[in-house]
Amino acid sequence: MKRLLLIAALTAALPALAQETIKIGLVTALSGQSARAGEALTRGLQVAIDELNAKGGVLNGRKFELVRRDDEATPAKGVIAARELYFKEKVAVLFGGLDSPVALAIVPIANENKMPFMDPWAAGTPITKNGAKDNYVFRVSAVDEIVDKAILQYAEKTYKAKNPGLILVNNPWGESNEKGLRAALAAKGVKPAGIEKFEQDDVDVVPQLSRLKAAGADCLFLVGNVGPSSTVVKSLDRMGWMPPIVSHWGPAGGRFTELAGPSAKNVHFVQTYSFFGPQSPVGQKVLKALMAKYSDIKGPGDVTPAVGVANAYDAMMMSAMAIQNAGSTEGRKVRDGYYKIDRYEGLIKTYVKPFTPENHDALSENDYVWAQFIDNRIVPVGMKH
Amino acid sequence: MIGSALISGLGLGSMYGLLALGFYVTYAVSSTVNFAQGSSMMLGAVFAYTFGVRLGWPFPAAAAAALVLCALYGLLVELLAVRPFATRGSNAWLMATVALGIIADNTVLFTFGKEPRGFSLPWAMASTELLGLRVSALQLAIPTIGLALAALLHWFSRATRLGKAMLAVVQNAEAARLMGINVPAAIMAAYALSTVFAGAAGIMIAPLFNVYSDMGTVFGLKAFAVAILGGITSAWGVVLAGLIFGVVESSITAFLGSAYTQIVTFTLVIVALALRPHGLFGAAALKKV
Repeated sequence: MKRLLLIAALTAALPALAQETIKIGLVTALSGQSARAGEALTRGLQVAIDELNAKGGVLNGRKFELVRRDDEATPAKGVIAARELYFKEKVAVLFGGLDSPVALAIVPIANENKMPFMDPWAAGTPITKNGAKDNYVFRVSAVDEIVDKAILQYAEKTYKAKNPGLILVNNPWGESNEKGLRAALAAKGVKPAGIEKFEQDDVDVVPQLSRLKAAGADCLFLVGNVGPSSTVVKSLDRMGWMPPIVSHWGPAGGRFTELAGPSAKNVHFVQTYSFFGPQSPVGQKVLKALMAKYSDIKGPGDVTPAVGVANAYDAMMMSAMAIQNAGSTEGRKVRDGYYKIDRYEGLIKTYVKPFTPENHDALSENDYVWAQFIDNRIVPVGMKH
Repeated sequence: MIGSALISGLGLGSMYGLLALGFYVTYAVSSTVNFAQGSSMMLGAVFAYTFGVRLGWPFPAAAAAALVLCALYGLLVELLAVRPFATRGSNAWLMATVALGIIADNTVLFTFGKEPRGFSLPWAMASTELLGLRVSALQLAIPTIGLALAALLHWFSRATRLGKAMLAVVQNAEAARLMGINVPAAIMAAYALSTVFAGAAGIMIAPLFNVYSDMGTVFGLKAFAVAILGGITSAWGVVLAGLIFGVVESSITAFLGSAYTQIVTFTLVIVALALRPHGLFGAAALKKV
């Protein structure tokens, strides 16, 4: 009797299941210093989801639904939110981890429970290269060790830099990039003028910069969030020294021009996408959708930070393809579904076999664009305005 | 490099000195301190930013209003976090002042926002060439104002009635009370003065730095080290200790590299205190039982 009831209940539930929406989770900072970036991820995902749903969804008409949680940029809160989204909300794919420490804390949960985790922002190298035998973590974003190679490449090409000085924030992110930059420099046989660290809350970086200047640095490699990066620029201003500055994407995270003053524009930093300039058909479509949906977006300058929107959009589109390839929302099948993506004409580029069991990063150094702040807008370097 | 290390060091050192002076005034009068001096400093910067940038007031008015609010905050610290405990002989004010600082930081976080803001004062940042070194007007103003405030404090305690009353409280609170000196009022004045010093430091550092809710935390910590190093019982001592700390800190960074800054600086603090337990400029206090 019991079994009969169970069967009856199951059959009754089946049609409902077919219509059920597929939940996509997002764990990111939605408040505080990085709230803007979290909002950009949300918008990229939402525009992609709207587009997918308008086309009828996946798996014979199942629509997508976005469920968001705020991690307040702290790993502990991120872990709680990730568990809730995976186990209670039963999301098919979890997006998130704006900050590398948060993403790194979520990685083991994803891998142990065989549930896909997509990172559209955090650049920490070990997030995707996490050493797990069965890896469920994918990324559509910059990767520290690749950014580090790109920084050196850009400095050599643009500034003929021969003696770069490194000025890095003293935290795990700075450390990760120190490793990456050392490796990139060693690979090309370049000896740095010096490697200097500074604290997140330092007011004056003149002593560190004076050392680099005295050691003959002809270019600075900068790694730091927006606040610390602005301290470096202001200190350089006070010294009256203005070497070329090639930076990780820290400055993009806030009001860099307000904080750093007029010299902010001297900092060239890495981005994965810019909505300025001639756009591909996908770029035009996404920008149009953003302007229609969000009243505060009146042009490319209002899509900030653009990388959040672009990475999240492409990552969502490819996740939908992975679910379609899997024929279900079961974790292992979706994971393998990512490997089966052959070609996707996306926003950032046309992806060909973006993911393989050996490579969970869809973007490489050839996909980066270099940008600078002109007033309050992030624009590609050299673009006239 | 020596020159630029000196300028950086003197600028930061006067900040430490000003905060430490705040520790000194309350300690001198009541043997208590506001451990969250860093938060008082942050409030100075946040208030000045709010008046000067958000409301567009001219800088002197914004700075003055910010200092008045800082003084009020100082009274609040004394009233809520020190008096209830100190009057009953408890040391819980240690914790209570830290707690009040955390509350202040978080209140600012919610109202002001977590995003750091830039407080730009072009006239203060204009730099000039001085003996072959580039110095901004603000970098010259900071040590000058720091030393001027220390001098003012010295004059105030020697030449004014309230100052003398406060010194009397230091020497013997019971006797001062018997002589008709309002001891609680003197202590409150000391707390107001203490947060005004910190607030002034915050306002002066803001254009060099960014304004945000926990901008004062590290400063507060270093300033306490400075206050102890200087010998918390000497006004000139703590200011000098601040300058020494700042110059040593930036010289280590300049000559040994930033990897060594914190390790060497704080090792030197411990060594200095081991050699002179009452601080570089402090006198051994006699505790009469």
